[in-house]
Amino acid sequence: MPSSADSVSAYLARRARWSPLEIAFWIFVFATIWLFPGKYLIMKDTAILALFALSLDLILGYAGIISLGHAAFFGLAGYFSGLIAKYGIINEPVIALICSGLVAAALGFITSFLVLRGSDLTRIMVTLGISLILGEIANRYSNITGGADGLQGVDIKPIFGLFRFDLYGHNGYIYSLIVLFICFVIVRRIVYSPFGLSLRSLKGNPLRASAIGIPVNRRLVAIYTVSGGLAGIAGGLLTQTTAFCSLDVFSFDRSADLLLVLIIGGTGYLYGGLIGAVIYKFLQDWIATLTPQYWQFWIGFVLVVIVLVGRERVEGWIAAVREFIVRLGGRLVERPATVGGGAGPDGH
Amino acid sequence: MLTILFDGVAYGMLLFVLACGLSVTLGLMNFINLAHGAFAMAGGYCTVILVNRLGLPFALGLPLAFLVTAAIGALLERTLYSHVYARSHLDQVLFTIGLVFMSVAAVDYTMGSSQQFVLIPQALQGQFIVFGIGMSKYRLLIILVCGLLTIGLQLIIGKTRFGSRLRAAVDDRRVARGLGINVGAVFTLTFAFGSGLAGLGGALGAEILGLDPTFPLKYMIYFLIVVTVGGTSSITGPFLASILLGIADVAGKYYVPTLGAFVIYTIMIVVLIWRPQGLFARSAAR
Repeated sequence: MPSSADSVSAYLARRARWSPLEIAFWIFVFATIWLFPGKYLIMKDTAILALFALSLDLILGYAGIISLGHAAFFGLAGYFSGLIAKYGIINEPVIALICSGLVAAALGFITSFLVLRGSDLTRIMVTLGISLILGEIANRYSNITGGADGLQGVDIKPIFGLFRFDLYGHNGYIYSLIVLFICFVIVRRIVYSPFGLSLRSLKGNPLRASAIGIPVNRRLVAIYTVSGGLAGIAGGLLTQTTAFCSLDVFSFDRSADLLLVLIIGGTGYLYGGLIGAVIYKFLQDWIATLTPQYWQFWIGFVLVVIVLVGRERVEGWIAAVREFIVRLGGRLVERPATVGGGAGPDGH
Repeated sequence: MLTILFDGVAYGMLLFVLACGLSVTLGLMNFINLAHGAFAMAGGYCTVILVNRLGLPFALGLPLAFLVTAAIGALLERTLYSHVYARSHLDQVLFTIGLVFMSVAAVDYTMGSSQQFVLIPQALQGQFIVFGIGMSKYRLLIILVCGLLTIGLQLIIGKTRFGSRLRAAVDDRRVARGLGINVGAVFTLTFAFGSGLAGLGGALGAEILGLDPTFPLKYMIYFLIVVTVGGTSSITGPFLASILLGIADVAGKYYVPTLGAFVIYTIMIVVLIWRPQGLFARSAAR
């Protein structure tokens, strides 16, 4: 007779197994390096957006905190990595990236205590306020940040002294993909751990979660910190691959668009941010060619329609497609579909 | 010093007229409406079209801005908003952000992205000198109009039957409904009225706040500050909050211009941490 702890860990281990479909997904993602040469810049942006969305999903989808100011972490780390590269403090991009992630995580840790309190509205206001304050500071100290002109003269040294950031974004794209993959693996590990499970219960009902002995506030602080760090890595990545950073990294639009990305892909689901980023970028690219100036209208339109149709229903359709693909994938490798499904039931 | 106080009060009054509709909708339906600024912008552009292009007098432009925006508000409330009340806060936020983006792009498309100015009549330009204090005539008008509106609102909410229905609905929607109050109708009316006030505020404020397509995004945070700091359970809370905010903002920009909007945001966060329910909120047992 196995103990309950054993069965729980067996359950977690079963859920955490990489399904063939996931492996296929990542093989395809890395294959894009050779499949679509000449599209590196937009694909790189997509990868960064995906990482950013993944970080928001940790707090929105898994912990249930609505944030309208996730750009704060993105922007802070963006400026940080730009500044340390500009003044040659840390020349190795990988270490610089990790440092900017840590800086953003520190901000996440500090601000998490502000987010713990209050209702949804208070959280929205506080997160929004923090990103506005940071934007205001960046604007204020324009002698350091370059103000409205953006941070100029950022010189990013080659990665490990070997791979230079070329003009076509080839190495930049590969670098972004590898960072995305590593972060994804970390997030995946977190989500399928007992810690991740406790987050889900906390989102479902904080009161009950604390009644069964989950330290709600400590969990929220921890996940907010991690999420801030990941968003910071995304921001650092953007600065490093573009060798530029402007005030726009703090803008409200960035945080709002990010919500849209996550909503398109589905919240509380690891691949939601990734798929959402791809769809969003395609959509944006496509609309921008139709109406270069007014694409924002259609972005807003998509948001309104998604909410009116019902987010659950849209996610239901996506889940149905997902299920279908999982089943297809399961049949192809001659395995029952229930074993695969790295996604798991969404619980909506 | 007193001039700053005067300007601050005018600014705060304006903010109150702009934001009071938002505070009622938030209190009544627990609905987070980030698109409130879009109504204010609609009122502003409406006045620009009426006064500048069609040559109507300014005094006629203001009430028309109110009516047009109220009509737009009622229309949107019935067709779109009413579907979203029961949804989660995340859905409401997404929905209203979507509306903001649409309104920004739509106005940009129809009116152009440059800043617009309402032609205010000659009689309202210039300033009075009273006891050595310069008072701009236009700001005096704003204080007068907004002050009258505030008193009017207070009377409507405090004295009339509709006001008592509204207060009942805000206090406890379910019980109010149980007593036979048509909460939906009360809400539509309030929403339309609040949007109209925002429109009027936008029209009046075009001179001071500036009017361009990014208006809803720029002032969204200000409206939200008024509402969250003032609380949603009364009219006086948001009123005091907006006067304070107005004075703080004008004084901040005057004395420490280098800090910009920094002061406001910091105060907001501190207040929210200190009293998450708002500065002037009673401890509502909800």
